[in-house]
Amino acid sequence: MSIIKTPNGYTLDNSGKRIVVDPVTRIEGHMRCEVNVDNNNVIQNAVSTGTMWRGLEVILKGRDPRDAWAFTERICGVCTGTHALTSVRAVEDALKIQIPENANSIRNIMQLNLQVHDHLVHFYHLHALDWVNPVNALSADPKKTSALAQSISSWHKSSPGYFKDIQTRLKKFVESGQLGPFKNGYWTSKAYKLPAEADLMAVAHYLEALDFQKEIVKVHTIYGGKNPHPNWLVGGVPCAINMDGNMAAGAPINMERLNKVSSIIEQSIEFVNKVYIPDLTAIASFYKTWTYGGGLSGKNVMSYGDIPENANDWSADNLLLPRGAIIGGDLSTVHEVDVRDPEQVQEFVDHSWYQYPDNAKGLHPWDGITEPNYELGAKAKGTKTNIKEIDESAKYSWIKAPRWRGHAMEVGPLARYIVGYAKGMPAIKEPVDKLLTDLGLPVSALFSTLGRTAARGLEASYCADLMQHFQKKLIANIKNGDTSTANMEKWEPSTWPKNVKGVGTTEAPRGALGHWVKIKDTKIDNYQCVVPTTWNGSPRDAQGNIGAFEASLMGTKVEKADEPVEILRTLHSFDPCLACSTHVMSEEGEELINVKVR
Amino acid sequence: MSAIDTVKTDNKLPIESFYDVMRRQGISRRSFIKYCSLTATALGLGPSFVGKIAYAMENKPRIPVLWLHGLECTCCSESFIRSAHPLAKDVVLSMISLDYDDTIMAAAGDQAEAIIEETIQKYDGNFILAVEGNTPLNQDGMSCIIAGKPFHHQIEKVAKHCKAIISWGSCASWGCVQAARPNPTQATPTHKLITDKPIIKVPGCPPIAEVMTGVITYMLTFEKMPSLDRQGRPKMFYSQRIHDKCYRRPHFDAGQFVEEFDDENAKKGYCLYKVGCKGPTTYNACSTIRWNDGTSFPIQAGHGCIGCSEDGFWDKGSFYDRLTDVHGFGVEGDADEIGGAVALATGAVIAAHAAASALKSAKTNQENTKGE
Repeated sequence: MSIIKTPNGYTLDNSGKRIVVDPVTRIEGHMRCEVNVDNNNVIQNAVSTGTMWRGLEVILKGRDPRDAWAFTERICGVCTGTHALTSVRAVEDALKIQIPENANSIRNIMQLNLQVHDHLVHFYHLHALDWVNPVNALSADPKKTSALAQSISSWHKSSPGYFKDIQTRLKKFVESGQLGPFKNGYWTSKAYKLPAEADLMAVAHYLEALDFQKEIVKVHTIYGGKNPHPNWLVGGVPCAINMDGNMAAGAPINMERLNKVSSIIEQSIEFVNKVYIPDLTAIASFYKTWTYGGGLSGKNVMSYGDIPENANDWSADNLLLPRGAIIGGDLSTVHEVDVRDPEQVQEFVDHSWYQYPDNAKGLHPWDGITEPNYELGAKAKGTKTNIKEIDESAKYSWIKAPRWRGHAMEVGPLARYIVGYAKGMPAIKEPVDKLLTDLGLPVSALFSTLGRTAARGLEASYCADLMQHFQKKLIANIKNGDTSTANMEKWEPSTWPKNVKGVGTTEAPRGALGHWVKIKDTKIDNYQCVVPTTWNGSPRDAQGNIGAFEASLMGTKVEKADEPVEILRTLHSFDPCLACSTHVMSEEGEELINVKVR
Repeated sequence: MSAIDTVKTDNKLPIESFYDVMRRQGISRRSFIKYCSLTATALGLGPSFVGKIAYAMENKPRIPVLWLHGLECTCCSESFIRSAHPLAKDVVLSMISLDYDDTIMAAAGDQAEAIIEETIQKYDGNFILAVEGNTPLNQDGMSCIIAGKPFHHQIEKVAKHCKAIISWGSCASWGCVQAARPNPTQATPTHKLITDKPIIKVPGCPPIAEVMTGVITYMLTFEKMPSLDRQGRPKMFYSQRIHDKCYRRPHFDAGQFVEEFDDENAKKGYCLYKVGCKGPTTYNACSTIRWNDGTSFPIQAGHGCIGCSEDGFWDKGSFYDRLTDVHGFGVEGDADEIGGAVALATGAVIAAHAAASALKSAKTNQENTKGE
């Protein structure tokens, strides 16, 4: 038992009762969380463990760099496309390929489309059950529910009959005794605060959002051929444009296709603004005294920036999602972030199931090594293949610990919104100020679990508008006579230099994402990804700094230790993506211990 | 017993049975009874059994499904919720009982794992195991940890008690991306781990949403496994190549090809074979059912098929390499008939066909010109 003061300002005490949550559900991938609570059930120590590992980087070695997007896209099927975009950017950076304006617009539309879809699905299908109690919805009055819905939005599905039907269906479902995904939820927990009518409204929208999300992604299907996992192209986009020439009807992009995309964008804007944002505001108003979960957000946040207004221009002013870092909660200074600088982004493995030749030294991704080393600390309980309790003083996660100039950072929608707010970007600052005013909260309220969830919603709305902006820009550019979608000048590997390296970045739904590639003799020589959940889910580093997940749980009161809905609530507010964070693997991977089960 | 199990409402409503679902989907009582008669006949039972079958269908609970996740990217789950007909919502609320799926379930930790125990006890031999992702065997199996233990413990335990297994996607069916060379985690597909249960492979990265729900609804409606090809894939969706039903096929036959992305031929929607399309060797329903409620599919959006439903598609060269192992003619053969033959065919075959098509096209053009 020990008390540790971390350099980033937390006091960790692991002497109290230990709570283990494994698996953490309603996330992408596999994750474990352990916390110690004191006699008042307040969390005094938090340990987050990435519990999966896939090894994609070694698989990429020796491959054609033009194929890398397809491999890296499969890092994650939830934030589908964002790794692919990051990958084609990295390869284009290495080969100095400039893409056409239309390709920039289409890529932006696809990336923004992902933001809208992912945020919506996260809110309703991964996060809502932390705030919404579907069982309580059974006792709602449909008439009052209708009145509530109509008081907050002009969304058309709001009649008493509509809510009555939803309630009847829910009742039938519950009465069947087969509760499916709602089984064994913490439905008696006092942590749920919504009145029954708000619960019923949210359940109705849970189902509507499930129906509607499949429409949003059709933008990917039109520009990329399918979703999940649309197709991309180094040099531009694969969807050629043919407006009124021969055989336009069979071309990837024609008038009908453009119209379909425009229509889906309009519907998405409507759904986000009339359903998602009003629900978010209504739910937040009942939880605004639940101020836990801020963690690093009030201290260190970072974003790489994304959505270039004009093609091939990566200057901060050209990016519609902001770039920058805030340190120590000082919003008056936004630090410039340079992902090429070996002193800025570094990964450490002191507490990760990997080893470096020199464990004390961090490595920049261009020089990254990832040699796995799965072992449990001496104080761990259980066995190597049946872990009862993690020993966080030793190695304890498949996630590495990335640091920016030595600091543990939070990334994601809230980080972007804090950076954008600090920069005074009107498209970000104004909606934030409006929401805070509506809820009667100060700016500091942003630094919380709820702030993370709210920023995601506001960002969905912003991104839906930006989607429309780029769709209009695409059409205007075609009108001006430019139908180019791909630059094929350097398509042939014979045109490439012998040795090059590049970096691509995006703002994925979950935060700052970077791919670093080295190309040698036309093949991938080294490929490293540092992904959002690597930042947020990072274990401790050699100095003892705790990562964003762990920091966010500190000081949270858990009502019932065996129903830790509060832990899920805060972890979910980051929208963890474990397949993303734990894909890394070394060249030496094949030498690992091998167990046969059959 | 959890809170929700004990919830009582004043008006006890009946369980939504298979019959209710059929009624809700617009099937009349008359058709329902007819369906029961046909089922009785098909099973070689006399007319007296019609009533019994009808009774069973009217009162049968939804079949429990435990959906486990190994090493994967969750694209299969994401695809599943894209289903337009039936809606994913209706599958989950009215057709199956999705009792365990860690991507969407409310419960976590011990409460989540307790569901597995309960299902095994209550429905031993009578539930479906759906597998997304695959099972790593390196690193002591600990590169995928569930509840402190290797994933293979979970899948083996559940598989032992299930009725049948659905392997969702290319990960569970073949291995997919993490099993690409050199497969550092020794990611292993379901059928190599579990050998004593019926397994339906539904490959694709991911599979098409309506194919996923189509397989489930077929089993519920017809109460049997779909017919499978030799590789274990439902024939109804995987017996033809993308190329066989591709809307750009006439351009292939006419020798009209995209030579480079965004060239004039790309704008005309010519065949993508020369820029690497794997449609000629890929068995899937993309060119027929298409993606996302029939909206489009990769070739229509201008990129070649990357062959994502085929075993080992990551290790067959670049996605932009021209195929060299394709039969040029015929849409008749299914995967079983062609099978190994595809691998044996040489580049000469496809090249010859492409040339023949070009010649034929030139000849036709000449004739047309003459005719004018």
